[in-house]
Amino acid sequence: MDQKKSTLDLFHDLDLATELRLGLPGSNDQPEIIKTSLSGNKRSSSEMGSSTCTDEQESRFSPPTKEQVVGWPPVRSYRKNILQVKKTDSDTGSGMYVKVSMDGAPYLRKLDLKMYKSYEELMKGLQVMFKCIIGLYSEREGYNGSQHVPTYEDKDGDWMLVGDVPWDMFISSCKRLRIMKSCEARGLGDCV
Amino acid sequence: MSDDTSPGCATTAAAGSGGSSGKVRAPVSSSGDGGSFTAHPDQVLENVIENVLVFLTSRRDRSTVSLVCRSWYRAEAYTRSDLFIGNCYAIAPNRVTDRFKRIRSVSLKGKPRFADFSLLPADWGAYFTRWVHAMSLAYRALEKIYLKRMSVTDDDLSVIARSFPCFKELVLVCCEGFGTSGLAVVVSECRNLRVLELIEDEVSDDETDWISCFPEGTTNLESLCFDCVEAEVNFDALEKLVARSPMLKKLKLNMFVSIGELYRLVVRAPQLTHLGTGAFNPLVEIGQQQGDNQELDYTSLFAACKSIVCLSGFREIAPEYFPTIVPLCGNLTSLNLSYANVNAEQFKPVIRHCHKLQVFWMDSICDEGLQAVADTCKDLRELRVFPVDPHEYDEGPVSEVGLLAISLGCRKLQSILYFCQQMTNAAVIAMSKNCPDLVVFRLCIIGRYRPDRVTGEPMDEGFGAIVKNCKKLTRLAVSGLLTDKAFSYIGQYGKLVRTLSVAFAGDSDAGLKSVLEGCTNLQKLEIRDSPFGDSGLQPGLHQFYNMRFVWMSSCRVTRQWCLEVARRLPKLVVEVFSRDEEEGERGDFVETLYMYRSLDGPRPDAPQFVEIL
Repeated sequence: MDQKKSTLDLFHDLDLATELRLGLPGSNDQPEIIKTSLSGNKRSSSEMGSSTCTDEQESRFSPPTKEQVVGWPPVRSYRKNILQVKKTDSDTGSGMYVKVSMDGAPYLRKLDLKMYKSYEELMKGLQVMFKCIIGLYSEREGYNGSQHVPTYEDKDGDWMLVGDVPWDMFISSCKRLRIMKSCEARGLGDCV
Repeated sequence: MSDDTSPGCATTAAAGSGGSSGKVRAPVSSSGDGGSFTAHPDQVLENVIENVLVFLTSRRDRSTVSLVCRSWYRAEAYTRSDLFIGNCYAIAPNRVTDRFKRIRSVSLKGKPRFADFSLLPADWGAYFTRWVHAMSLAYRALEKIYLKRMSVTDDDLSVIARSFPCFKELVLVCCEGFGTSGLAVVVSECRNLRVLELIEDEVSDDETDWISCFPEGTTNLESLCFDCVEAEVNFDALEKLVARSPMLKKLKLNMFVSIGELYRLVVRAPQLTHLGTGAFNPLVEIGQQQGDNQELDYTSLFAACKSIVCLSGFREIAPEYFPTIVPLCGNLTSLNLSYANVNAEQFKPVIRHCHKLQVFWMDSICDEGLQAVADTCKDLRELRVFPVDPHEYDEGPVSEVGLLAISLGCRKLQSILYFCQQMTNAAVIAMSKNCPDLVVFRLCIIGRYRPDRVTGEPMDEGFGAIVKNCKKLTRLAVSGLLTDKAFSYIGQYGKLVRTLSVAFAGDSDAGLKSVLEGCTNLQKLEIRDSPFGDSGLQPGLHQFYNMRFVWMSSCRVTRQWCLEVARRLPKLVVEVFSRDEEEGERGDFVETLYMYRSLDGPRPDAPQFVEIL
């Protein structure tokens, strides 16, 4: 599908689910654009009944993979959220997995950082995963008051307190996470 | 049992006809309340009929009976105890309470199914409030409430708790709008509560310790299912509750219950038949050192549970514990491993013991795993294979290979929901021939417009074979590349089809026409993103009053047509709306059309963005 690129550009701005036009031949609504772009090449080898091999093929298109259409596939959003976390090991798709360990826990977990959009969400996720309370980060006091303190190893191999840097910077430099006991974490928060 | 003597819970048909009907009559039992008893022959006949109708339970039969004549209508209304309303907007609550006086159980369904997939804007409706208020006045003896896709508030739950002294069963499926504080009120005030089942609801965590709110002393609890509640529960309270609920048969825990805690519960409730295992993972506890955890012998976790037939949960499964369920496998009739992350190597040694399995749900499975199911589960009736990754890819873990394997191994299959990336007509045709008992066939090829992977043809012949060969088919969901031919097959052979789901399929209005002209039993039609429009819907005009609803979104239905239909069919409520604020972008076409019959006209609670024509 070498025309995928142009379709991708096309799809940047469109709300897929509402702009889809499966135009009948002779209809003159908008989707001329779509007609000239990638058409349903999957059908190129088919010998379908001649009655349907018409312009309709042109106006139908196969959307590029990995574009998400609202409500598709028809899986309840509850289940979808859980699925995001459960990708198989062989999948090297869009997830950004880091290992998470917690002091005292006998096993490592893996977390997809792309699932979260903010520190708050990440904390929530960690708390659910490890059944612990982490509490909120404050610039002045770090994680004082919590029994557990989340830290991460950054690109340079240094261990930092989670929450130190803006979120985007954090995701791009975080290599792994470790939830430490607060007594051991003293000293990290002092590097400001 | 201590709480059986609360007032108003008389189980015989005492207490007059409720409300002033203006008619002098005597109730069925002879403990009448004041009206004089006339020995008029019609009255006697009516009493006789009432006595007979009490035994009639089927909804359809009751409906038929009520049409015979006025007298039978009245008798049926008087003796109906179970109310089922498939669309909460099809009728107003007070009309129901006026007609039926002695309802014990109510089932209500609200939002259309596509709401599950974010196709319905929030605040669309399906509020339980006006129903619960009407019922609180009219049905003091109400015992059971079953709601699906309704919006339920904590206040509504309070009304339930306070209005129905005999209340026994609450089942909420795919509902939202309430939280743990609402649950707390229900469990503390409904002293006769036997069943509390929360299934795939969105429950907000108000940080209320609702488990502790069950009253002291032995309970009547038979079923407690809270696996969808994403809030911690007080385990000590839960343990004590289970210990004092000797009738408890169904227990479905949420993901916050660790395997150690599960063990403690199971030991106290060896009589359980249905178990949702919670996290199935040791889960680190706050403040616990590593050494605190007794090394419990999980291999015997289920050794004492001779009665478990239905197993689910495994929310955060630590796969090394999976084999502990093997002692149960020989008795299992239902196994739900969706949400469980196990691979084929871990799965196969377990499934090969499940000879009696009838219902199986899974997501992290591959064709190989399905082969293992096909090899062992000869009694399988229902299979659901969910996608492990909801994106569109060229390949996925399950395909036509798995479907074919299942069709060859599980000949008694009645219901299948199968998500995959690729499929072939041959496999679907094979299933249509090997599994003639199929009642529900829902195939979702995640890649939209995907043709037969081997031949490149559309999937018309596969689905055609299904409707042709599966003579009992009542529910069908189609996908993949489909032309109008597929729909002409459906119209031609799908005479028993009641529910049809279509997405990204078809060529032209001819397709929809075939369906509406041919499927005489069609009740529920839901279509999205397909090139069907006004002339496709036109043949349905004679049918719409017989249907529960029609949903069309991102299709080619014009506003003009909707106005016309609303005019011609006054008892049809025609709702038109957009999913988000994009006015006019679709030109003349409506974004979403949702129409349904109603005896009481447009609903009073429609939000601003919904236009009722």
